Parts: sequence; structure tokens; C-alpha cells
Amino acid sequence: MILLDRVSKTYNRGLGPSLDRISLHVEAKEFVIVVGQSGAGKTTLLRLLTREERPTSGKIIIGGIDYDKLKDRDIPMLRRKIGVVFQDFKLLPNKTVFENVAFALEIVGVSNREIRHTVPKVLDIVNLTGKEKRMPLELSGGERQRVAIARAIVRQPRILIADEPTGNLDPKHAWDVIKVLEKINRYGTTVLLTTHNVDVVNRLKRRVVTLQHGKVISDRANGDYHI
Amino acid sequence: MQRRWITFLRIVHTGMVNFIRNASLATAAVAVMVVTLTILLFSIIANATFTNTIAQITNKIDISIYLIDAATPSQTQALVKGLKNLPDVADVTYLSKDQALESYKRDNAGNQQLLLAINSTDNPLPATIKVKPHDLNKIKSLIDYLKKPQNVALQTKDSPSYNGDRKKAIDNITHATNILREIGVASVILFTVICVLIIFNTIQMAIFNRRDELTIMRLLGATTSYIRGPFIVESAIYGILSAVISIVLVNAVFFASSNALQATSLGLLDINFASTFFSSHFFRLLALQLMVGIMIGIASSTIATRRYLKFKTK
Repeated sequence: MILLDRVSKTYNRGLGPSLDRISLHVEAKEFVIVVGQSGAGKTTLLRLLTREERPTSGKIIIGGIDYDKLKDRDIPMLRRKIGVVFQDFKLLPNKTVFENVAFALEIVGVSNREIRHTVPKVLDIVNLTGKEKRMPLELSGGERQRVAIARAIVRQPRILIADEPTGNLDPKHAWDVIKVLEKINRYGTTVLLTTHNVDVVNRLKRRVVTLQHGKVISDRANGDYHI
Repeated sequence: MQRRWITFLRIVHTGMVNFIRNASLATAAVAVMVVTLTILLFSIIANATFTNTIAQITNKIDISIYLIDAATPSQTQALVKGLKNLPDVADVTYLSKDQALESYKRDNAGNQQLLLAINSTDNPLPATIKVKPHDLNKIKSLIDYLKKPQNVALQTKDSPSYNGDRKKAIDNITHATNILREIGVASVILFTVICVLIIFNTIQMAIFNRRDELTIMRLLGATTSYIRGPFIVESAIYGILSAVISIVLVNAVFFASSNALQATSLGLLDINFASTFFSSHFFRLLALQLMVGIMIGIASSTIATRRYLKFKTK
């Protein structure tokens, strides 16, 4: 489902590479956690997967799409297949919870009737029923995070990428968010999660890939957090 | 197909909503577009009016061929027939000596002394052939024909007469019209550029205000046309609005001038004709205004959005 072959990314030659010959293979329906300290290259990795950045060298293939052969005008189609939960949520502050989630469907041409049908279901999955009309600023961090997740999954992507979704949350809310991700994974979506939350990693008992200084230093099933 | 239609409707809807939200920004864009379109409209009307004026003056001009008294009727008829067959000639009229005298008397009816002088002698006027060319600047075949020896023999010494003074006047008018036309074209171009720049700025500001939203749309997989569409719709609305304002404005000017000015003509500018031209071509002019306005809008917003919609290539 996700294949990275010796992928490097250098933003500034003087500072050295942010990612240094990373190779990673993620199967369909897998749940993979990428851990590492700030600056280890987690976010860079995710930005490469969503084609916000291009690798300096190396090969990326996701869902059969070779990024080297991907034309600019096909990038939107790629992004429609990947759901992304951003570290900073990236919700639209002037739209309600419902509208924020509906937005992801609007831009791909889904009819209003379908939107009215689908969005409540997804909001139910992330336990936000009843908060449809709230504005993002009226929500807690965990709720906002779940809106972001709802938006990422509403198009039923085959891959879900979540960048530090528990970053700003207290343990209880963090665990709520993780449970939602597990639920989605059970429905058949490949999940790639980055975090530096030790507790989350250790309780999940999933495959853990550890990044340090832009390199993969460990990759093991049922891993735990150790640096 | 249905998705495309939904997307199209969403783009139009968003564009209209943005237009209303950006009303204050849009004012400048619409104002300058109105000026541009109005100049364009006036240029077209003025051009048509001048062309009409020139055509009318040219129409009154003819070339006179004076025949010697010795020319026989058959020779004269042959000459007239030959003239009629020339490609540059529109019309040929023959005036006998008597008719020429009558015509001369009519033209000088106010000048008693001149009439007396003519009456007291034999008819001094030659028989005349009046030739109207299609275009006063294209009379080569006519001149060549008249220069043939057998035809020269039939003419008096001062034949043919080209109405030299009138021709000069026409040349002057044509020259002035051409200059006016150039000024019109230059100002249309100048204002179009200003217009594009201002709309460009307006759209850039609108983009700047919504840059977060655009980034998010991009990340969620919105296509370029979906993001760009509303801006194009918005500036196309500037074009439509400006075209309507402009034509209403010009209409008002004609209405006011027809009331205020009793004169139907200001020198070269035949107001009656201009007004008639405007009202008889109203829908065509409006369509042109709309087209130009929408084109300017679309072009400038396309350029303005391009920079923001590029994907990283490195």
C-alpha cells in the first residue's frame, strides 16, 4: 500500500538531510506508528506522502501510484485517496463542524443530499453528534482533532495519515482519538500515525517505526516506545 | 457528469458569494472597467459616425468631363457607355449644353450679375458628363480611360475636373478621423491594461484573505479549476456589471444630449446618426461590452491565481 525506497529529503544543503535514505513498506490495512523526537523527520515523511513536498532522491509508490510519474494535474486525485489529519487541524474557522466535514465532500462534487446523509454518520463515528453547528473555536482541542479526523475519513480513503493527532491533548482525550483511529483501521483503512506520546505507543501494541535524525533506527511489530 | 454539474454550480455559487463579500474591493475594479468599456463604446460609435460623415461627403463629389461643342451625339454616347463600363464608376450623368446652363443658373440663382452676364451672350457652358466614382481614391481606370487619345480629343482643355478643393477637404477629414481612431485604440488599450492590473490586484487581495482556505482546499484534493473557478466567476461578474453600467451611462448621455442640444450636428460629429447607430446596434454593442468585460475579468483573474495554484516541483 505504501512503499518508500531509499527516500531522502534535503531542504537546505548546509543543514544536512531531513530524511536520509528511508525505506519503508506498509501493507494494506496495517496500522503503523511512526515515532521520533521533534525534528526526527516525521512531518517531512508525511508531507512527502501527500506530495506537498518532493523527495530529493528515492522512490515513493502509494496505492500503485508512482510519484515520479505523477503529473501535477493528477495530484488532486491522489490526495482524494489519502485522508490526512494535520497536526494543526487545518479546520476552516468560519465554517461550522458540519460544514468543515462537508467541505471535503463538496470539493469532489458530492451532491448536497449525499452530504446530508454521510456527514452525520461520520460525526457519529468520532462521537461529535450534537455539535454539528458549533464553530471550531467553540470546541475543545480533542473535539477539534476529531472534526479533523471526521473530515479525513468522510471520503472513505484507503489510507489515513495522522500527524501527531494526540499532540495537544490530555491523556483521556488522546485515548479517545486513538480509539477512533483503531475503529477506522478495523473498517479496512491503512493507518499511518505519528506521535511522541509514549503512553499511546505502548498501549496500542502495533508496528512501530522509530525515526532519529532522519533515519529509521528500528522497525518492529508490537513495538514500544524507546529512544 | 452529475458530479461535474454539481461542481460547476458550486463554483458559480461560491463566486457570487465572494463577489458580494468583496463588494468594497470590487468597487475599484468595476469603476475602472466601466471607464474602459465606455471608452471602447464611444470609440466604436465615433468611428461609425465619422465613417458615415465621410461617406456622405464623398457621395456628393463627382468628376466632371467637359465636352467640346464639336462632339457628335454618337461620339458622346460612345463615351458615356465606355464610362459606364468602368469598374470604378458608380454612376454617369450626361448634361447637354442647355442642361448645363440650367444647372449653372440654379446653382447661382442668387447672383443676378452673373446670371445677366451669361444671358447676354451665347451659352458658354460645355456639355458635361458627371461621373460618380465608388471611391474617390480609386479612379485610376477612369483617368486612364479619359487619357486615351480619341477621348482626349472630345474634351475641352480644362477637362476633367476633379473638384480639387473638395477632395482636399475629404483627405483632411479622413486624416483627422484616422488620428481620432488611433487615439481611441490607444486609450482602449491603455485602460484595458489598467483594468487588468486593478482586477489582478483585487483578486490577489481576495486570495490573500482566503489563502488558508485555499491551502486547505489544495490539501484536501481540490482541483485547480475548482479553486480558481470562483475567482474567475467573481471577476466575470465585474465584467457583466461594468458592461451594464457602461451601456446605461452611454444611453443616458445620448438621452441628455438629444434633449439639451437642438443642433443635430457638431461639425464632424453627427449626433443624430450616432444616437441612431447606438440604438439600432444596442444589443450588439451590449453583447460586445459583455464579452470584452468578461474576457478582461477572466484573463486577469487567471493570471492572478496562477501563482497560488502551482505545486511544488522541487
